[in-house]
Amino acid sequence: MTECKRILAVVTTDNEKVGGGAPIFIAGSHEECDGMAQSLSSILDGMAHYLENGTYIIVHH
Amino acid sequence: MERHLAMVISGTLAGTLSRLMLLRMDYRQYPGYPHGMIAHISLGFIASAMGAVAMPAIIKPDFAAVTFLALAAQQFREIRAMERKTLENLEKTELVKRGNDYIEGIARTFEARNYLVMATAMSVSAAYYFGGIPAALLITALLIIFSRSFMAGETIGDICEVERAGLDFTGALLKVDEIVIMNVGLKQMRKKILSEGLAVRIKPKGANARAIINDVGQRAAIAHTAATILGIKKDVDTPELTPMARKNIDTGEIGLYILPAIKDPEALMLAVKRTPVLESARSKPLSTEAGRIAAGKYDRV
Repeated sequence: MTECKRILAVVTTDNEKVGGGAPIFIAGSHEECDGMAQSLSSILDGMAHYLENGTYIIVHH
Repeated sequence: MERHLAMVISGTLAGTLSRLMLLRMDYRQYPGYPHGMIAHISLGFIASAMGAVAMPAIIKPDFAAVTFLALAAQQFREIRAMERKTLENLEKTELVKRGNDYIEGIARTFEARNYLVMATAMSVSAAYYFGGIPAALLITALLIIFSRSFMAGETIGDICEVERAGLDFTGALLKVDEIVIMNVGLKQMRKKILSEGLAVRIKPKGANARAIINDVGQRAAIAHTAATILGIKKDVDTPELTPMARKNIDTGEIGLYILPAIKDPEALMLAVKRTPVLESARSKPLSTEAGRIAAGKYDRV
């Protein structure tokens, strides 16, 4: 498999749980978080994955 | 001399006809029609002319002339490279990738078909020499039938059972029955997938079939064929809608998920069944003793 996956952005409601090299977007509520993940995934042509802890990652596959 | 000319003409005609018949099967795989078709008919014509000339050269006898067949083989290897390159370039803009295995399979098929055409032309010109027009016609018909059935190969429908399956989510994880496909983050996408998506389960009939659909390239080919035949709603900014085939790691069964343009489960099952078995995916573990022992134990688990 020659797939190269990259995390393009991280969207979260809890800034305590995230860190690292990808751009991080902090949302005030879960609804805002959903909306931001949707917008970012369509802007970046990436796919939004949910990590079950209030955090989305936008990944380029 | 005239007889030699008639041999060459009969062989060339038979070879070109055989190439035309084989080309009919390629439209679904190769989008180059009509220009691609012209290129392949021309090459088929050249191949058959070369094959047809070989027989008179042997009869004359001019054995040195037969060595040009080796030169021809070199030329036809170029065809494989040409096909591979074209398909690899197209792959970059494909929404559902064919996969390298499928591309290699198509390229190899194109090369092999030219050798087949050359052999047809050679046999028909020989048949004309020994039996005249009736023998040439008979051999042409036989060889075309042989080429078509020989080159058609197996399909997924021959080696697997294809059944309808259910789509479901556990949290963000999309599943086809119990087989995990991927993590879909967005709630709207989950809703869309549940209402418009389709899924099938591909059950291998035995250990050989299990080994074949275990191949990632073969699975990409299945997803590509299903997407080509049914159409898909996916666009560049919706990677969630990419058709995907994943394996149940315990049973070796495959779950295929697709969000087709037209939701028709019967059509999907037919599309999956007609996917060709790729040469590179084909393996026969059952032809070895170790494979048979392992397969027996696998089936009892």
